[in-house]
Amino acid sequence: MVGSEGGSAGLLPTSHDPDAKGHFGPWGGRFMPEALIAALDELSAAYEKARVDPEFLNEFDRLLRDYAGRPSLLTEAPRFAKHAGGARILLKREDLNHTGSHKINNVLGQALLTKRMGKRRVIAETGAGQHGVATATACALMGLDCVVYMGEVDTERQALNVARMKLLGAEVVPVKTGSRTLKDAINEALRDWVANVDDTHYLLGTAAGAHPFPMLVRDFHRVIGIEARRQVLELIGRLPDVVAACVGGGSNAIGIFHGFIDDPEVRLVGLEPGGDGVSTGRHGATLTAGSPGMLHGAYSYLLQDDDGQIAEAHSISAGLDYPGVGPEHSWLKDTGRAEYRPITDAEAMEAFSLLSRTEGIIPAIESAHALAGAIKLGKELGEEAVILVNLSGRGDKDVDTAAKYFNLAPQE
Amino acid sequence: MSKLAGMFEACRAERRAALIGYLPAGYPTVPGSKELLGAMVASGCDLVEVGVPFSDPVMDGPTIQAAAEEALRAGFRLSELFGVVDSIASAGGRAVVMTYWNPVHRYGVDAFARDLASAGGLGVITPDLVPDEAEQWLEASERHGLDRIFLVAPSSTEERIASTAKASSGFLYATSVMGVTGARDVVSNAAPELVRRVREHTDLPVGVGLGVRSGAQAAELAGFADGVIVGSAFVTRAAEGGERAVRELTEELAEGVRNPVATIG
Repeated sequence: MVGSEGGSAGLLPTSHDPDAKGHFGPWGGRFMPEALIAALDELSAAYEKARVDPEFLNEFDRLLRDYAGRPSLLTEAPRFAKHAGGARILLKREDLNHTGSHKINNVLGQALLTKRMGKRRVIAETGAGQHGVATATACALMGLDCVVYMGEVDTERQALNVARMKLLGAEVVPVKTGSRTLKDAINEALRDWVANVDDTHYLLGTAAGAHPFPMLVRDFHRVIGIEARRQVLELIGRLPDVVAACVGGGSNAIGIFHGFIDDPEVRLVGLEPGGDGVSTGRHGATLTAGSPGMLHGAYSYLLQDDDGQIAEAHSISAGLDYPGVGPEHSWLKDTGRAEYRPITDAEAMEAFSLLSRTEGIIPAIESAHALAGAIKLGKELGEEAVILVNLSGRGDKDVDTAAKYFNLAPQE
Repeated sequence: MSKLAGMFEACRAERRAALIGYLPAGYPTVPGSKELLGAMVASGCDLVEVGVPFSDPVMDGPTIQAAAEEALRAGFRLSELFGVVDSIASAGGRAVVMTYWNPVHRYGVDAFARDLASAGGLGVITPDLVPDEAEQWLEASERHGLDRIFLVAPSSTEERIASTAKASSGFLYATSVMGVTGARDVVSNAAPELVRRVREHTDLPVGVGLGVRSGAQAAELAGFADGVIVGSAFVTRAAEGGERAVRELTEELAEGVRNPVATIG
């Protein structure tokens, strides 16, 4: 599975790469302290070498295959589809990867790069804990020191993942500043990075942040779309009508979208966390309701007030609870190549429950946003339509949240 | 023409470094910050940096984070920044603004420059804006006669020091350590080396910041830098003892910058 057939095919340069300074149209770039520019340049240079180095590409392919378990399955969901207007629903099963989500793809790639750069310490942020667990896993595998920053609110709602990271040998630092969620975990990781940049790589978990992260993270996840396109063609002999994926920072979405970006007949739909509803102001629907600005190093849409103070996002899903979004999504929104819609907490939880009961698959609440989008799109498009859904993660980590939400927990 | 050039020339003539003090606007309140900054100017700061409280201050340590949070909780609005700057300028002091870039972008880069210039502000220090991304700011600062103070760090390459210096005016801000803001016991030994490297590329004055909290440290920095920048220590003193404590620190630091310790540079 080397070269064009393996996951490393996602690393090949394409016409969709940003410009030399990391801009997708006007979006992206580097709004970062000068102190970190040298490290970003070093990372860019290491990646540009690695993406054309057969040794690196072979090693990445080998890890994806023999460690992460790729290619992930494509599963048709006929009983779920009855609730989605009868459209055919195909699930890209990133939940079956080692560590239970798509996050492992990017983590293995960046951990390999870390070793190539001669750094021995890795820091990361995490929201739901999926990226933190994946990072701790890759660091255990490769013998790297690992520190994960996690908002205090998230350490409480994702306690199981905190324990997982510790079992894997990582240090988990609860972040008590600001809204104590994902954005504040990124702030704290950046503060660590600027003080320890000589021996430390910041293993960013989403396709956001300063150049080259949006491109780097995207490319390590392009394997999702490359596999899915081939699998859908094999299964049904044609391309899907729609590709649906949840968007917080946007890494799983950008990875699957890119498999179809040059197929103009395929609609790309990102589903954002609508929280209590966009009209309530308590949501994380950055592309639906945000405005342009700079956060964590990139120029992109974000949630902010009139003074440019960053707003707090709200979502039942810790992994989507982020007031920014990767800059390439802002570009895809502006060019019209992709469309973005909000899904409320209630809609996501209904889809979460539905997939569990109809197909025996408990999805991550993040991925349930994409499933809820597929229900709506299926009803709009009818039974002729084929909808590919990126099932980005499994729901084991969310059982506690779901038990509370559906009142399944024993009363205390 | 830089309005700060004259200040640095006068300090050089006195064989001393300039004392540059930082405090966030709106901390602890808007009137409170005017009083504190006024006291800093009156008791020996040659220049003050008026900070813009921001929700996500990634370059700041706990002291300035807490001050920014307190100012925002007290209801600070960006429009009030200009009144704070005006209060300093009207009293004959010199002020620049130090701000993360998103609030400026949101306000409108040209509008921000216009309103800052009309309030009597002299320039802007931009901790998360590098010249590579600063096209709009380069234009707006020219149009409104403001100085552009970009940062250099120990990790900056020679090429980046040269290009950053070329895009800067007034002075260049050298971060003496790799890390966030906050008072430290020992001045980093990376600072003299960084200043030496900067001087190979530019005649601009060099201000050194990050970690200074005592007169002795100020004297040490004054041995090789043109400006000594103090931030977190002022915030801490303001929290502990208000205006009086801020005056005492200013006087101690002002004494320090007048007694530079000779270093081998």
